Amino acid sequence: MITSTTPLLQLDALRVAIGEKTILQSISLDVAPGELVVLMGANGSGKSTLGLALAGHPAYHTTQGTARFGGADLLAMEPQDRARAGLFLSFQAPPEIPGVKNNLFIRTAMNAVRAARGEEPQDAYDFLGSAKAAATTLGLPENMLSRPVNDGFSGGERKRNELLQLSLLRPRLAVLDEIDSGMDVDGVRAVVELVQRLRSEGTAFIVVSHYLQLIESLQPDTVLRLADGQIAERGDIALAQRIARTGFVQAPELTEA
Amino acid sequence: MGASDQAAPLAQALERPYRHGFTTDVESDSLPPGLDEGTIRAISLRKREPEFLLKWRLAAYERWLTMPTPEWAHVHMQPVDLQALCYYSAPKSLKDGPKSLADVDPKLLETYEKLGVPLHERARLAGVAVDAVFDSVSVGTTFREQLHKVGVIFCSFSHAVEHYPELIERYMGSVVPVADNYYAALNSAVFSDGSFVYIPKGVRCPMELSSYFRINAKGTGQFERTLIIAEEGSHVSYLEGCTAPQRDENQLHAAVVELVAHDDAYIKYSTVQNWYPGDENGLGGIYNFVTKRGLCAGKRAHISWTQIETGSAITWKYPSVVLRGDDSRGEFHSIAVSNHFQQADTGTKMIHLGKNTSSRIVSKGISAGNAQNSYRGLVRISPGAANARNHTQCDSLLIGPKCGAHTFPYIDTARSDAVVEHEATTTRISQDRLFYCQQRGIHPEDATALIVGGFCQSVLEELPMEFALEAKALLAVSLEGSVG
Repeated sequence: MITSTTPLLQLDALRVAIGEKTILQSISLDVAPGELVVLMGANGSGKSTLGLALAGHPAYHTTQGTARFGGADLLAMEPQDRARAGLFLSFQAPPEIPGVKNNLFIRTAMNAVRAARGEEPQDAYDFLGSAKAAATTLGLPENMLSRPVNDGFSGGERKRNELLQLSLLRPRLAVLDEIDSGMDVDGVRAVVELVQRLRSEGTAFIVVSHYLQLIESLQPDTVLRLADGQIAERGDIALAQRIARTGFVQAPELTEA
Repeated sequence: MGASDQAAPLAQALERPYRHGFTTDVESDSLPPGLDEGTIRAISLRKREPEFLLKWRLAAYERWLTMPTPEWAHVHMQPVDLQALCYYSAPKSLKDGPKSLADVDPKLLETYEKLGVPLHERARLAGVAVDAVFDSVSVGTTFREQLHKVGVIFCSFSHAVEHYPELIERYMGSVVPVADNYYAALNSAVFSDGSFVYIPKGVRCPMELSSYFRINAKGTGQFERTLIIAEEGSHVSYLEGCTAPQRDENQLHAAVVELVAHDDAYIKYSTVQNWYPGDENGLGGIYNFVTKRGLCAGKRAHISWTQIETGSAITWKYPSVVLRGDDSRGEFHSIAVSNHFQQADTGTKMIHLGKNTSSRIVSKGISAGNAQNSYRGLVRISPGAANARNHTQCDSLLIGPKCGAHTFPYIDTARSDAVVEHEATTTRISQDRLFYCQQRGIHPEDATALIVGGFCQSVLEELPMEFALEAKALLAVSLEGSVG
């Protein structure tokens, strides 16, 4: 499914720390437009850290190495500028924002991204039309748009709300951190459909998941196993299948279970 | 998230300049600083007041002398040296009172234009009549004649004293007695001007009425009084706005507002208070110590207070409603913002006296920087207040790690059939929430405005439409960048 050979994301020996503690030792990785990379690894191996560091979470400091996104120095950009440049992170635990209606939140985000691309802002009426259509496709009730962001949402609803934003923002690279956790069968099917549609339009994906059925449905180009803050193994779907069968403990260089 | 990570954008917010901090260079006719009986006689003389008013002032002064300075509010302050204040300051050009807006010093008109409240014919706010008060005197009142046609009186307090002394004598002090509290007694002794509104029986006031208060002169206090009387079945919506120049000293603003609603009357009173809040180190700013009270004197009377408090170094006020008429209703909708070293101790009192009276309180407190924000409210159900109902909702929003929010709800009920409900929430604009917004491409300042807007929405909806947008913009400006 790789549609271009020019990497969209280029990580070279990236080291990431929280405070004094180094979480990622050295990550080198190229992701091309339309490519889908699956990231696996035991708890604490640094999978979520990679997504948060790429998105620019202020608690995660890159102490070494480089990251380029669309040719630009990703690490020099503010979090909102990374998002506007087309980097999307689906949160493992999306926070709620009381009092802010979901449709206003998503429209504000969408218009910030549109403005960065030099596009006209979308008015409330047009936005609501496209948002309702996207919500229906994802099996979300329409009233979810008029509720405060993630407030009182179940775990599965929060994840579907991430998907809704993904489908409306149409990023160039999406990092999905355990998007399947808390989701029912229909939710997982919606993930697969949306990912494959966006991927065919050129969106690249880094998918963090333990769930083999989802991984197989996504037909990844690359499967990585992260251990001890490093890429311990690089492979294809066969690697994911082996991990699902035998677990991370079987891997020779693993230091934590 | 470490505190240092939050401090940088927070510091930006504190740098934000106060937009209304300019001074108008006009010659003032001021009394020398200091307060004694002579000061009060001098004020009264200058205003050519009738004898009853001078007596009333002097009686208030006698009472005030016996009262101790109140210290119960949750605020820290330097004591105010009341002998160092000037109690009367008027632009010289207004010495004999403005005959009409055409006679008003162009510099003053310019001041109000700069503040976004144009007074001259061409640029007046459509559908809004304005009374502009500059230091101690009213500069002018727009649309006075048009309102007069339907019997509505809207003028400066001084004008009312001169032309409607019987209304003043009957109602002044009837809701806030002279000795109600320390600052109300002081105001009663030395008040200089303010606004007066009278809505006759059965009249719906055809436009929004608005007063705009401006403190300009250095070293002065502003002590204005507002009196609104709504006769049976009448209806009025009134809004006041306030600003002051940027000065290092603290200036005192101690106003008294009295509302009287007779049978079936409705008074909606909105405030957008943006007095100079002091600088980022807490230097200067207005001490805003105001007594506001409405009396639902008649059956089914309805009084609603809405306030957006973004300015002042210290805000200390409790717009209240005395529900005397059976089936009367009181409402209080408040947004109090404190940033930098601002302190706000504000809330309301709902005093239920009549049968089937109901009250609703919605308080939204927002604190950022090193600010402290307190809600203080009293709901009292008297022995005769059968079937009284109150619902109170107090929400606090904290921005950054160093600010504080406090809630002091007092409930005092003498009846078992009373239904009194209290809900309280506290929300923090946490790093996680901000980062989530940023990850979607939203700038932290826009995210803060979004969150604050959502938090305040239900109160903003209470404002007259003409002012809701302005208030929303003011909130965004007051808090811009104060993320944490």
